[in-house]
Amino acid sequence: MKQALALWLDSDVGYSFRTSPVAMAAAAIALACVFCAVFAGWVAPHNPFDLATLELGDARKPPAWLAEGSARYLLGTDDQGRDILSALIYGARISLVVGVVSVLLSMVIGVALGLLAGFRGGWIDAFLMRLCDVMLSFPAILIALLIAGVGRALFPNAPNTVAFGVLILAITLSGWVQYARTVRGSTLVERSKEYVQAARVTGVAPLRIMLRHVLPNVLGPVLVLATIHIATAIITEATLSFLGVGVPPTSPSLGTLIQIGNNYLFSGEWWITVFPAIMLILIALSVNLLGDWLRDALNPRLQ
Amino acid sequence: MAPLLQVRDLVVEFPTRRGTLRALDRISFEIAPGEILGVVGESGAGKSLTGAAIIGLLEPPGRIASGEVLLEGERIDKLPFERLRHIRGRKIGAIFQDPLTSLNPLYTIGRQLTETIQAHLPVDRTEARRRAIALLEETGIPAAAQRIDHYPHQFSGGMRQRVVIALALAAEPRLVVADEPTTALDVSIQAQIIQLLKRICREHGAAVMLITHDMGVIAETCDRVAVMYAGRLAEVGPVHEVIHQPAHPYTTGLMASIPDMESERERLAQIDGAMPRLNAIPPGCAYNPRCPRAFGRCTRERPELLAAGATRAACWLHDASAQVPA
Amino acid sequence: MSSVLPLDSLPFPAGERAGARGAPLAASTPLVQATDLAKTFDVSAPWLNRVLERKPRQLLHAVDGVSFAIAKGRTLALVGESGCGKSTVARLLVGLYAPTRGSFAFDGQDAHAAFRSAQGRQLRRRIQMIFQDPYASLNPRWKVQDIVAEPLKEHGLVTGAAALRERVGELLSSVGLAAQDAARYPHQFSGGQRQRISIARALATHPDFLVCDEPTSALDVSVQAQVLNLMKDLQRRLGLTYLFISHNLAVVRHVSDEVGVMYLGRLVELADRQQLFAQPRHPYTRMLLDAIPKMHDTGRARTPVQGEVPNPLNPPSGCAFHPRCPHADARCRAERPVLQEIRGVRVACHAVEEGRV
Repeated sequence: MKQALALWLDSDVGYSFRTSPVAMAAAAIALACVFCAVFAGWVAPHNPFDLATLELGDARKPPAWLAEGSARYLLGTDDQGRDILSALIYGARISLVVGVVSVLLSMVIGVALGLLAGFRGGWIDAFLMRLCDVMLSFPAILIALLIAGVGRALFPNAPNTVAFGVLILAITLSGWVQYARTVRGSTLVERSKEYVQAARVTGVAPLRIMLRHVLPNVLGPVLVLATIHIATAIITEATLSFLGVGVPPTSPSLGTLIQIGNNYLFSGEWWITVFPAIMLILIALSVNLLGDWLRDALNPRLQ
Repeated sequence: MAPLLQVRDLVVEFPTRRGTLRALDRISFEIAPGEILGVVGESGAGKSLTGAAIIGLLEPPGRIASGEVLLEGERIDKLPFERLRHIRGRKIGAIFQDPLTSLNPLYTIGRQLTETIQAHLPVDRTEARRRAIALLEETGIPAAAQRIDHYPHQFSGGMRQRVVIALALAAEPRLVVADEPTTALDVSIQAQIIQLLKRICREHGAAVMLITHDMGVIAETCDRVAVMYAGRLAEVGPVHEVIHQPAHPYTTGLMASIPDMESERERLAQIDGAMPRLNAIPPGCAYNPRCPRAFGRCTRERPELLAAGATRAACWLHDASAQVPA
Repeated sequence: MSSVLPLDSLPFPAGERAGARGAPLAASTPLVQATDLAKTFDVSAPWLNRVLERKPRQLLHAVDGVSFAIAKGRTLALVGESGCGKSTVARLLVGLYAPTRGSFAFDGQDAHAAFRSAQGRQLRRRIQMIFQDPYASLNPRWKVQDIVAEPLKEHGLVTGAAALRERVGELLSSVGLAAQDAARYPHQFSGGQRQRISIARALATHPDFLVCDEPTSALDVSVQAQVLNLMKDLQRRLGLTYLFISHNLAVVRHVSDEVGVMYLGRLVELADRQQLFAQPRHPYTRMLLDAIPKMHDTGRARTPVQGEVPNPLNPPSGCAFHPRCPHADARCRAERPVLQEIRGVRVACHAVEEGRV
């Protein structure tokens, strides 16, 4: 393991990472957020979802460094007495999970369809690309809204898991097109290369060629897209939750917290909105910067 | 007669994170006015880099680390950008390998020609256009007066290369650097372009530095030839002598491995091994690991270009002052 | 359990391997026989564009009726300039394209029918291909071990990781590389070495017939010499039959037994190598030979070459070469010449037929 890490650090990509302070800072922040999210139970000082521990008397307390604040609630509390810091951490976990799962699903669907379109060509290609065009002409939020709204209408009293499922589906379907297009383009290029023809001459089945020869060569740009897409997915989820059609209210994500705090923003209790917003920006920014660095590092021309 | 171009001890380096690579290691040669010098070598030998260094088109981080390039007695390697740009079109013309990307697809060839002419010569637009049409006719473009307003994509590959040659000669340069001008063309077109290049450069009095890997093209076109190996010059001399009586073992090996149309051979003579990578050049003579005639000194000292009959070869076999083992 | 077929020691001597299904091949039946092969590509604009812009259908006759035969153990070279269709012929012979017209018989059997049927696998074991670009013909993400072992795994010739490694090692040594090279990636090798890896891959299934599409055009001269020598050695040792595509007549002269000259999808001359180079008949062949820069005969005047290869989408009527031919007459413009035997050589030229040349 150590040897593999040492090898990677010495490679061109690793060198680029080591010499880019932005990339290292972004990676550190992103890793910290992920760590908090995974180990939320241990990191967070309170459990904001455990209704038994909430004290309504502690509602709307400001952050600890202001007057009236207490050290018990470092970043203050919201209208129901939930500790903002803990809610942040748990909310970040939900945002990250929803974001990452949606991106993974988007990637799988997009790459599969892109490979299919590029490899088979003909009417399959034409149909899939027109489908992409149609999907691209809708703003992603609208698609997500539509699916989320339909989901709620179909399953009005659905348990949390179904609600999460619909949300993830919504974000997935609004984001797969970019993968399909990129992969289709790369597939078209790789398909005409001679190593693919050599495999065909040997008699390898087309599916095997697609998966074992072409796929590893088209994944590069997909990695960059996915990294940046995580940030977009998290923001989309936050937007949907802000609008009330995202996560169920019992498991608030960062977007929900921002929305809750929005009502109190102008009455002076700014911390309920601002801190979740900062956390959201931090996650999105660090992931975006990482994606930017990755794209430049993987681009052979910029070496 | 004073030489037109003098290159003295040119060193080109590429700083990388694993150390500095020396791509050209003390190259020295001269080109007389109106002469056609061929620079031949295999991939990685540094011939295109030599051309780029002379024109001033080295891609960073590559840079000229030391040495001099003199054009008509004036140093051009350390010039500021504006001055170099002026010289580049006016005194040095360039022809590159790919005719497809050498011309701007968005402008008519007439516009590109007249723009070049007007940038370097004090003529007005009508005169520039007249000269452009004349140049196109000289390079064998039929119906030049009409085709001058066509776009590059409306020409075939061979025609485009003719346009590129016209463009290179538009400002009446003294030196034309041609980097693999016929490699991307079919054999029959290649022959036409070689003839054209030779004729038109003689007529305009321009010297040519012809960079190529094709010895046949060199044989047909050049007066003198420089053979490069691993960033160094192996041999320089008149074309006929270098081809028929090569003094450097690499040149001998190279000539023997070219399949030609005359002899009947079962096996082509081959040089075992491969040209060393820039970061793995052996001490002494760069060719010594593959040389059938290498001896002790070759592994220790790097040879300078020594006189060897009618040519000059960087090989200790021709050191007249030393005792060469039998 | 693993099984290995050693490279050189086969149950039948090399010469009789071709008749693996039963009786050895009759001496007179050529291994490869192409009859009136043709391939047309539809390069029209998409349907919508055609309707809206009223563009016509455009058909590219990449190969237009090519016939030749290759005897076992011999090398036929196909020469021509860009657009003449030689690469398309190569791809037709390995089954990458299906012909629009004509047929190609391998070892007495209709190859394209076999490619489509269950026997296609057997056939693909016996016909292999080497490509021009050493940088694109090996998958950059696969190790050399996997690249060379793929045909072995695909056809189930060798099973078990240890046996595969051993066989790949053997194949690599037979092309002049080290067995340890199997653990590296293609980008760690030079162009010439990559071509050797391609050759090793092509030889994995003990093919009878190797189609080589410009295998040395992208290589330096000294490397080319190494690869050509290697290919000749392998041909002798393993009894291989080659179809060698090239635009370089000097290389062709070195490797081939017979030469076919192509122009715009048609065969214009087909002759024994010595015959073609000593006495070229077709005006295009002469033009090609004349155009080669000669190293030992410089300074002599050459017949100037006219014109350029016409657009293959719109070939000239009659004989495709007539716009550039110094001997063209009215018949040449109207009637397409047929490849026929004239004084010991197969030529498609009215002028040669009529004795005007």
